[in-house]
Amino acid sequence: MIAEKLLAPAPPRPPLAGPVNAARRLVRTHAFRLAGLYFAVFVLSVLGVLFFVYWTSADFVERQTETTLDAEITGLAEQYAQRGLSGLVQIVAARSAGDRGDGMLYLVANQDGRPLAGNISGWPAGAPTGEGSLSFQIEVPVKGREETHPARGKLFVIPDGYRLLVGRDISDAAAFRDRVKTTLVWSGLLALALGLVGGTVMSRNMLRRVEEVNRTAERVIAGNLSDRVPRLGTSDEFDQLAANLNGMLDQIERLMAGMREVTDNVAHDLKTPLARLRARLELALLGPADAPTQAEAIRAAIEEADRLLATFNALLSIAEAEAGAQREPTEAFDLADLARAVAELYEPVAEEEGFAMRLESTPGILIRGDRHLLSQAVANLLDNALKYGAPLAGGGEIVIAVSRQDGHAVLEVRDRGPGIPEAERESVFDRFVRLEPSRSTPGNGLGLSLVRAVAHRHSASVALADNRPGLTVRLDFPEAPARAE
Amino acid sequence: MKLLVIEDDRETAAYLVKGLSESGYTVDHSADGRDGLFLATSGSHDAIILDRMLPGIDGLALLGALRAAQIRTPALILSALGSVDDRVKGLRSGGDDYLVKPFAFSELLARIEALLRRGVPEPTTTRLRVADLELDLLTRSVKRGDKTIDLLPREFQLLEYLMRNVGHVVTRTMLLENVWDYHFDPQTNVIDVHVSRLRQKIDKQFERPLLHTVRGAGYCLRAAE
Repeated sequence: MIAEKLLAPAPPRPPLAGPVNAARRLVRTHAFRLAGLYFAVFVLSVLGVLFFVYWTSADFVERQTETTLDAEITGLAEQYAQRGLSGLVQIVAARSAGDRGDGMLYLVANQDGRPLAGNISGWPAGAPTGEGSLSFQIEVPVKGREETHPARGKLFVIPDGYRLLVGRDISDAAAFRDRVKTTLVWSGLLALALGLVGGTVMSRNMLRRVEEVNRTAERVIAGNLSDRVPRLGTSDEFDQLAANLNGMLDQIERLMAGMREVTDNVAHDLKTPLARLRARLELALLGPADAPTQAEAIRAAIEEADRLLATFNALLSIAEAEAGAQREPTEAFDLADLARAVAELYEPVAEEEGFAMRLESTPGILIRGDRHLLSQAVANLLDNALKYGAPLAGGGEIVIAVSRQDGHAVLEVRDRGPGIPEAERESVFDRFVRLEPSRSTPGNGLGLSLVRAVAHRHSASVALADNRPGLTVRLDFPEAPARAE
Repeated sequence: MKLLVIEDDRETAAYLVKGLSESGYTVDHSADGRDGLFLATSGSHDAIILDRMLPGIDGLALLGALRAAQIRTPALILSALGSVDDRVKGLRSGGDDYLVKPFAFSELLARIEALLRRGVPEPTTTRLRVADLELDLLTRSVKRGDKTIDLLPREFQLLEYLMRNVGHVVTRTMLLENVWDYHFDPQTNVIDVHVSRLRQKIDKQFERPLLHTVRGAGYCLRAAE
């Protein structure tokens, strides 16, 4: 299969050819094995049911015959004990007289097999001389013709050398048994055939749906990322599998698109300053070769390079936060302490720029994570608030709030600036997005991207809201269990 | 002062050797981890500057071997890997400072100076003094002349760091790392504002300024002009 070839250096396999290999492949499929198992269980249950039916019908009739014969022998033996041989002969003669329709056969005979009484013409050939059961055949007149019927019998040896045979014509029972047997064999065969067909259909059906998944996967591997597994809408396991696979493919496609976009952005936003840097140096080379001019050009070039490096570093920080590989065990710390430390770093700048900065915090809110990354995220938010959070009238206000809301640790940075229009609140998190068309404020458009990456790494959500007026950036953390060290 | 530079990239090495020599140091250079380790074990250097990724022996392994051999020469790690985890790993394996490439040469110089000072055991003192500025570590009070100066806790730490590096340039990054323990560059000139606030308090009403700005590098606290 293509997937195997691409993903793993599978051991070399003989090329598949001919029906033998096709059959071998079929045998290896899970669907086939499942169908086989299903078939085996099916056959076993059918056989069980048929045996039960046989046992309760045909076999039951035979067992009943035996019981009847036993009872009769016992009864006659008692009669013999009470009334002697003559009494027995009398009873046998009476019972043998006329056709009672129950097929009972009686015979009392002497040692030589000569009948004394009974409805059988002679001692059956090959009958044992001792007591016990026997099968024999009798001639029965049916509609003027003699017919041979099978019979079951029991022998009772009477002292003085006489013997009593009680039997029963079992032709009806035998016919019934044959009938049952035939029926059972046919129904067994039918069930077998149905089981085979059912198993095959089931296996084929399953195989087909697995094949669909496989073919889609192969097409995706071949590069068609927008291909999806067809769904039947049956919401069974296969449909769920298809839905999950499709969801996974959606996610992959989105990530790929995101990455492409990032690459494009990186290309654009890094190439522009690089081009600028190059142009500056080239101009310096072309211009007058006096030291002050060149020194100025070099200084400007270094500044440009530093800005580029800062952009690179920001991109790397984002990538690191997004990768989320937590090499060091994360620590639990007080969110308010962290916010206070960053606020303290920014407080003098804020004051210098005419902002009133305030921290509203509830102590004792612990979260677990990477303190450095989180500090950097908060610093970015404060950077943004300082850059964009000034109201036109002046006298800005920046509030850093740490609170507990519905069991979540919440950190908010609020300003009184122009805010961000609702339609753009999602896109500002993307890399290199800057809402200011003139781009007059220094910055690389990566600040909020890092905030989002750091938030995701801490399983936090980040949202922008209206501070009426101004902007509220809200980070929503799952709170660490208090003092779970 | 003799420095050992272990760096495999030829251009970077040439730049380091040239720059450090011009700054008055004697510089040995090795382009390979194994040779570097051999040179370093001689123990005749005052500080080692080494790249993290080296042919032969990896920079961190080299430091580990050196420290295991009881050689305590202060070492500065240069690396393109700049995350906090990388930094922690570098310092744990025996580095004394960690500088992320690319760096400004002034930054490197300032850090080497700080490293060389660290090598000298500081007399256990509870009082730092620069000209008439006096900082008492026990009472956490600051006086200049006979005037008491009120400082916020962070300003006190900032001044302490500057005073411990008296006469030497400290960069903004060094301040951010050593006083605030942050390892990212803020987009705003936060450090400058903190320093200028401190300057207001310790220099404003006095005739001779002590805290100087070094253009393109950082700050320097020194007694005389």
